[in-house]
Amino acid sequence: MRREPPQKLADYGPLFFPAGMLIVFFVVPFATMIAVSFFRRDPAGFYSPDFVFDNYARFLSLFFGKVLGFSLFLAVAVAICCVVLAVPFTYLLSRAKRKTQVLWLVALLSILSLSEVIIGFAWSTLFSRTAGITNLLVMVGIMNEAVALNPSFGAVLTAMVYQALPYTVLVLYPALVRLDPTLTEAARTLGASPVKAFFTVVVPALRNTIVATLIMVFIFALGSYLLPQILGRPQHWTLSVLITDQAIYQSNMPFAAAMAVFLVLVTLGLVALTVYAGRKGEAA
Amino acid sequence: MSGLTLQNIVKQFGTFTAVRNVELTVPHGTFVCLLGPSGCGKTTLMRMVAGLDLPTSGAIRLDGKDITNVPTHKRDLGMVFQSLALFPHLTVGENIAYSLRIRGASKEEQKKRVDELLAMIHLAGYADRPVAKLSGGQRQRVAIARALAISPKLFLLDEPLSALDAKLREAMQVELRQLQQRLGITTIVVTHDQREAMTMADTVVVMNGGEIRQAAPPVEIYRRPADTFVADFIGMTNLIDFSADGTGASVLGASMPGLAIPAGLKSGILSVRPEDVHLTAPGNAPISGTVTFVRDLGGTIETFVEAAGKQVVAVSMPNARPDVAVGQTVGLQLNPDDCVVLKS
Repeated sequence: MRREPPQKLADYGPLFFPAGMLIVFFVVPFATMIAVSFFRRDPAGFYSPDFVFDNYARFLSLFFGKVLGFSLFLAVAVAICCVVLAVPFTYLLSRAKRKTQVLWLVALLSILSLSEVIIGFAWSTLFSRTAGITNLLVMVGIMNEAVALNPSFGAVLTAMVYQALPYTVLVLYPALVRLDPTLTEAARTLGASPVKAFFTVVVPALRNTIVATLIMVFIFALGSYLLPQILGRPQHWTLSVLITDQAIYQSNMPFAAAMAVFLVLVTLGLVALTVYAGRKGEAA
Repeated sequence: MSGLTLQNIVKQFGTFTAVRNVELTVPHGTFVCLLGPSGCGKTTLMRMVAGLDLPTSGAIRLDGKDITNVPTHKRDLGMVFQSLALFPHLTVGENIAYSLRIRGASKEEQKKRVDELLAMIHLAGYADRPVAKLSGGQRQRVAIARALAISPKLFLLDEPLSALDAKLREAMQVELRQLQQRLGITTIVVTHDQREAMTMADTVVVMNGGEIRQAAPPVEIYRRPADTFVADFIGMTNLIDFSADGTGASVLGASMPGLAIPAGLKSGILSVRPEDVHLTAPGNAPISGTVTFVRDLGGTIETFVEAAGKQVVAVSMPNARPDVAVGQTVGLQLNPDDCVVLKS
């Protein structure tokens, strides 16, 4: 159906509501944050309007560089783990019986209803020495005595993957359901084993979906600040933890804002790089 | 023995029996069409030959070897799917080379074979194009070339031409048949289009309700159908009741001598092709009827005649123009040799 381009101002009416929401709840707060990041901190009060680069300068240190590096590394690790687990799982799920599919999707959706705090404390119990899963391993006879598995990097990673996996599956699911099942059958008649068919046909055919999912999980994981505190040591704390710390406990809004702006810029840069690399790979 | 043998194949999905007790032998190098209405089990039968579905019972043998439980990827076959199933992320050349790449052929070997196959399907120089940029007929050819890349023992095609327009389909039927004869490859095609089956096949296998109704060369299927389903499904036919009393037969209220009726058969059905029904003046034939409709298609003329309460269709060529009008009484001449006696 061909439609006339909007002529009068009133024709743009339907756009006003989403545009208004976007301005009130995104543009204004974000602009405020950028402005605050250039303000001067007032130790006696809150902050005073100014235009200084002190906040950014303070940020350019080895300590914050390391934290930023770890945050990015953790987010990338979570994204890769989620996609590596979710792609085969969702592929098998999309080929399963209708009833099985519904059951799994309901179970995954119910994980989404859990708050980050509950997930964090549930895993910290599971990883504890006194009531954790190592006690089961002792009972089976694999281990000699129960040990505490947290705080550790593995514990942080596990809980974050657990939290992000439902999103990953839900994003991949429609693309995998739409994938023509005769593609894998064709690959099998041409001599590919089911596993080979999966890697030579399903994964390459879903390339764009997989890249988009990686980016989504990466950004989702970058914002996590509770799980690293509950399950990790201080060296496992992410930039989001430090931002929270500065904003709420140190009352240093300008510095927190500067870190947040920097994190957004780095994230956008990485996403742009991924998209650019994806385009280039496609053209080649 | 060489070729494909299906022994007592049964396939059940839950309580539904999709294929029942199929026995079929396809000698090496022959072209077989599985023909039938949708849901008759023909595609299921082909999928079992391909190994994509496993039979509930029965055995499949290829060149004397039992392949019933051999997985699809070890059967060395080529299959063209109804949806074609070309890999969207690969170019034309990469699609065709897929089976060679999977088997670890060198880049030079792959390129040589791809060029050979592209020349065979008249698409030389198309190797680097993405498949999305091809027309329907070109995709069809690429799917065929991809299936033939390893010179398979068995070439399977599931409704391969159904996505093409009528003209292209007819041309591809001839091309496919010529290709098969040149390569001498054992080929099975699933189709619901009887013209397609008649054009291409050495043997047409007519299926209905999961069973084989008749397996015979195309002309025999048309001239000597085994039962009323086959007679009705292949081409147009008149199915006319008859009764017999041991000495002669009565058809449409008139006696018909010379009909070879098996001993003991009291009644049955005659299958008479419309082109074998000849219209004459009312007095010249024992059967007479009233014309109810005339369909003049230019190439042929179909005359609908009601005789003894039954509708009979006669087809004549324009040079034998019957010149009849609706409401006119005509005589119907049936030659006993053209009538096939079937059980009702």
